[in-house]
Amino acid sequence: MAGNRRDFLKLAGLTAVGTTAVSSIKAPTAAASTADSHPEASADGVRWAMVIDLRKFSKDDALIERCVEACHREHNVPNWEDDPKNEVKWIWADDFETAFHSQEFHFIREDLKGKPTLLLCNHCDNPPCTRVCPTQATWKRDIDGIVMMDWHRCIGCRYCVVACPYGSRSFNWKDPRPAIDEITADYPTRMRGVVEKCTFCEERLARGLEPACVEACGNEEIVFGDLNDPSSKVRQLLAERMAIRRKAGLGTQPEVYYVIDDPRTLQETAPAAVVDGAEGGDHA
Amino acid sequence: MLEKALTGNRTYWTWIFFLLVVIGAGAACWYWQFRTGLTVTGLSRDVVWGLYIAQFTFLVGVAASAVMVVLPYYLHNYKAFGKMTILGEFLAIAAVIMCMLFIFVDMGRPDRIFNVFLHPTPHSMMFWDTVALGGYLCLNILISRVSLSCERRGEAPPKWIKPIIILSIPWAVSIHTVTAFLYAGLAARPFWMTAILAPRFLASAFAAGPALLILLALIVRKLTTFDPGKEAIQKLAEIVTYAMLLNVFFVAMELFTALYSDIPEHVLHFQFLFMGLDGNNTLAPWMWLSVVLAVVALVILVNPATRRTETTLVVGCMAVFGSLWIDKGLGMVIAGFTPSPLGKVTHYAPTAPELTISLAIYAIGVLIVTGLYKIALEVRGQMKTEP
Repeated sequence: MAGNRRDFLKLAGLTAVGTTAVSSIKAPTAAASTADSHPEASADGVRWAMVIDLRKFSKDDALIERCVEACHREHNVPNWEDDPKNEVKWIWADDFETAFHSQEFHFIREDLKGKPTLLLCNHCDNPPCTRVCPTQATWKRDIDGIVMMDWHRCIGCRYCVVACPYGSRSFNWKDPRPAIDEITADYPTRMRGVVEKCTFCEERLARGLEPACVEACGNEEIVFGDLNDPSSKVRQLLAERMAIRRKAGLGTQPEVYYVIDDPRTLQETAPAAVVDGAEGGDHA
Repeated sequence: MLEKALTGNRTYWTWIFFLLVVIGAGAACWYWQFRTGLTVTGLSRDVVWGLYIAQFTFLVGVAASAVMVVLPYYLHNYKAFGKMTILGEFLAIAAVIMCMLFIFVDMGRPDRIFNVFLHPTPHSMMFWDTVALGGYLCLNILISRVSLSCERRGEAPPKWIKPIIILSIPWAVSIHTVTAFLYAGLAARPFWMTAILAPRFLASAFAAGPALLILLALIVRKLTTFDPGKEAIQKLAEIVTYAMLLNVFFVAMELFTALYSDIPEHVLHFQFLFMGLDGNNTLAPWMWLSVVLAVVALVILVNPATRRTETTLVVGCMAVFGSLWIDKGLGMVIAGFTPSPLGKVTHYAPTAPELTISLAIYAIGVLIVTGLYKIALEVRGQMKTEP
């Protein structure tokens, strides 16, 4: 089963590469004219991306827990809570300053200070982790840009963990199965000795569902969509709001964006009087 | 020829038995690690490589250093190294095998090792390192075998071996360059992302390797009638001196760039190494010991009088080896992970099984060196007569 599936993915990938090659030969000017356009996964394919709207997260939010819980339950991620040495995580929260560690934050807006920020695999357009894998057990999928993992091929050298600038990859130092709270039957478990990470819920996308963390939100705190579609919600948010990416300077092109605008902008459409009374307006 | 390693006196067999005991203990620990997972090591989510990969890196240098006897002998016809070349080549064989074993024990799924060959991946530096190390092992086995059998039959080595020997020279440089590329091309790890990493690796290799070779040659001289010759030892000592000076110079370049620019991403790793970070200073005493040993080594080696006196030379060589082992076999890898890309400091110290497995791999190396050196000396009739 796994083999067939993989072959299918490969085939789909090859087709996508083929179309890209052909279209780029046919219309080189089109690509060159949009100088600031984002690298596309394929000419007519999708490029999945995630926008985490930090305006909608507060400091002690059960929301974070809901997202993490939904993901980890869905994907049989082991829970080594009392054993940090063996920790495995696909999505987790760290404070804002740690999440954007390479920036220095002084005198920042009160609401951002220590704000729990969801972290996960960035599904980079130029992923350093797939470049270093000696067995192609992790690769960027041509059809939609998702950085995939093959847990049956991984030799456990952990080179990808070393190469990831975001700490998004976990290694199974021991058999994860005893630490899974409740096994979800329609998703595989892993074995000791392989690396795992978030896959943008490719198994849910294939069924036309949004990623588990997005679904767990309910109020568009996390928006998921196609960057190649100018009318998508992700593109709208990126066009209208101030969004940053982690360690953008490394050129990895992360596809997880963080909206850092003032939460009061959520009330922008409301009358001015309401804006003044909104939360966070304590500097008077 | 291999049968010559299977005969020997009581001392020889006691030594072999001792090594086998160490190897046995390591094998048992490895089996435990294989069954339980790498959780038996001190490694964790933030420090994912440790003692194993550090030893691998250090030993690639020892393997590459054989070129320091091969090059003068074959390229410059420097006859004094005639007796030493085989020792250098055999040391290289043992070192490469140790490298491979250290990679093997570090793998999460050693049962899938053949995936590296089933899915060759040119964009991974690990693939090239496998090619470089495998090739270097084959070259050294072939070269040492052909030249030793010719020596046994009293013939000149065949002409076709010469180009292969010449090829082994750049190949030796390549193994350590590619090993440096494993580290130097990672945007995530500023500590390793330095253009001088490969040159520094080579300089430290050409100091530590020949220093070890001097020590081995002197041990062999004591145990057998083999005599490498004073000139050969002295020439090697000069090579060690220059390489060690270059290495210290390169480290100083590294320090200047990091500290003068004062970019936290670069400074913090050095701070962790020498001063400790967030209360974690596990490596600081080691690193200062490395510095002291380097100073001692250079004082002894640069001064011609102490370099030419064998007893002080031995101390100097041991200091070089110790200093560089700490620098490369301990500090270099661990500091790359501390602090992590998210700025976290995680304590790492190897566990008892991790140490036992590492010791066992070194014992395998010593066993190979013992066996191969014995063969070489038997062929030359330089073993002392049986008591």
